[in-house]
Amino acid sequence: MKKLINNPEDVVKEELKGIELAHPDLVKVFYDPDFIVRADAPVQGKVALVSGGGSGHEPMHGGFVGKGMLDAACPGAVFTSPTPDQMLEATKAVDGGAGVLHIVKNYTGDVMNFEMAADLARDEGIEVESVIVNDDVAVEDSTWTAGRRGVGLTVLMEKIVGAAAEEGRSLKECADLARKVNGQGRSMGMALTSCTVPHVGKPSFDLPEDEMEIGIGIHGEPGRHRIKLEPADKITEMLLEPVVEDLPYKEGDEVLLFVNSMGGTPLIELYIVYRKAVEILDAKGIKVVRNLIGPYITSLEMAGMSITLLKMDEDLKKLWDAPVKTAGMRWGI
Amino acid sequence: MAITRDDVLNWIKSYAQAIEENCEMLTDLDREIGDADHGANMRRGFRAVLEKLPSVEDKDIGTILKNVGMTLLSKVGGAAGPLYSTMFTKAGMTIGAKMEMDLNDWAQALEAGTTGIAKLGKALPNDKTMLDALYPALNALSAAMGNGASVGEALQKSADAAHEGMLATIPLVARKGRASYLGERSAGHQDPGATSTYLLIKTAAETWTDC
Repeated sequence: MKKLINNPEDVVKEELKGIELAHPDLVKVFYDPDFIVRADAPVQGKVALVSGGGSGHEPMHGGFVGKGMLDAACPGAVFTSPTPDQMLEATKAVDGGAGVLHIVKNYTGDVMNFEMAADLARDEGIEVESVIVNDDVAVEDSTWTAGRRGVGLTVLMEKIVGAAAEEGRSLKECADLARKVNGQGRSMGMALTSCTVPHVGKPSFDLPEDEMEIGIGIHGEPGRHRIKLEPADKITEMLLEPVVEDLPYKEGDEVLLFVNSMGGTPLIELYIVYRKAVEILDAKGIKVVRNLIGPYITSLEMAGMSITLLKMDEDLKKLWDAPVKTAGMRWGI
Repeated sequence: MAITRDDVLNWIKSYAQAIEENCEMLTDLDREIGDADHGANMRRGFRAVLEKLPSVEDKDIGTILKNVGMTLLSKVGGAAGPLYSTMFTKAGMTIGAKMEMDLNDWAQALEAGTTGIAKLGKALPNDKTMLDALYPALNALSAAMGNGASVGEALQKSADAAHEGMLATIPLVARKGRASYLGERSAGHQDPGATSTYLLIKTAAETWTDC
């Protein structure tokens, strides 16, 4: 293992300390239990957004805490769901009297821990709603699996619903909006290389030089298929077609196109993918009206990318363009 | 003969030791079909349990088990945290404020823990989960008790059945948890959760063999 770390057990704590020192204008960091809240929390009268998940996906979620996005993020160990005590304390710290929305990616552990935390918070008199993100078309949504994973769409949901909470929408309106975003967003990802969890010390899977994994999640779990490497245009097609067909996105639709790096893939390659994705969508009469390109929901140093489409309307465009000021995403301010 | 509070404490310590020794093996199993963290997460949890035990070791069995459950909930994370927490918490609630228990108490506690896990994880037998070790362990335990087996014999039968159940997960296609994302590719691998569960039953049998 070759990593810029000290003791593998200290990775998350040392990262949090770095975030605390780097962004005192944006966030406050709490330890044991660990969570990050926006610097001006709790914001009275505003719905608060809390998310969380394993570490290793930076900038998600801690990098999305701040004005116009999340009120709190709970980081677990690398690729491991955080625990209910973290979520409960974060929920209490950001509750401004208008209720708290939990944004939960659909993984068995995340769902169980957030469910327990929401129950505990309700016991303490806080109004909590939960929304599950499950946008990964690589997983068949059936009783035979744990259901579709929450992947790239999580970033878009946190931005859009964060803007809605900022402009004063109610808890119910925010939760309905989040479910609407989940309903019209889809993603799929692929890996060129594996990644190594610091406290494990070995790659999560072995991937030969001339092969790739199609349909991966964000935790270094292998995908649905392993096949021979193909050129970027072909890979783009392999990811985008199932995404388009799943909703399906149709001629005349306006979309946000999100091309995300899994951590190790540079922007130069993401733009090659973006170019091909726009070409494919153009040919189908689907219009890209907004985009996001870069490493926003990563799997440590994994090389690879994911493509997310979100069907847009006037309200979503307005919320997407609204000001946001976080470590990981910042515009309009 | 009875299983005393000290026997219960020894079992928890013995399981913590087993997790420590098998940490890498559990993580390797999880690397194949999951996300390579089961051993590390369980070790973090049971190290915290060992730190917690001295403050509750003069309490009754129910209180001790519930404290183990709460510690696991706040330290393990992932799916294993809530699931193992449920096992210990429900078992503790079932046994209650006793300083010693008999085999019947243990069978009821194990059943309550198993039911709690099934409810929380919404899994069924043969989904390739912890339950595939737990249900056989429970069934073998009650069968042995019905046949009038000694405590040691009954626990050993229970551990043997958990072992068989664990091995029987190998050909299964996972239908719950992260392994289910692999679909058919999950077949041919032993389930990490069923493996750590087998160790739980096995250490109980070993620790309580002379009770």
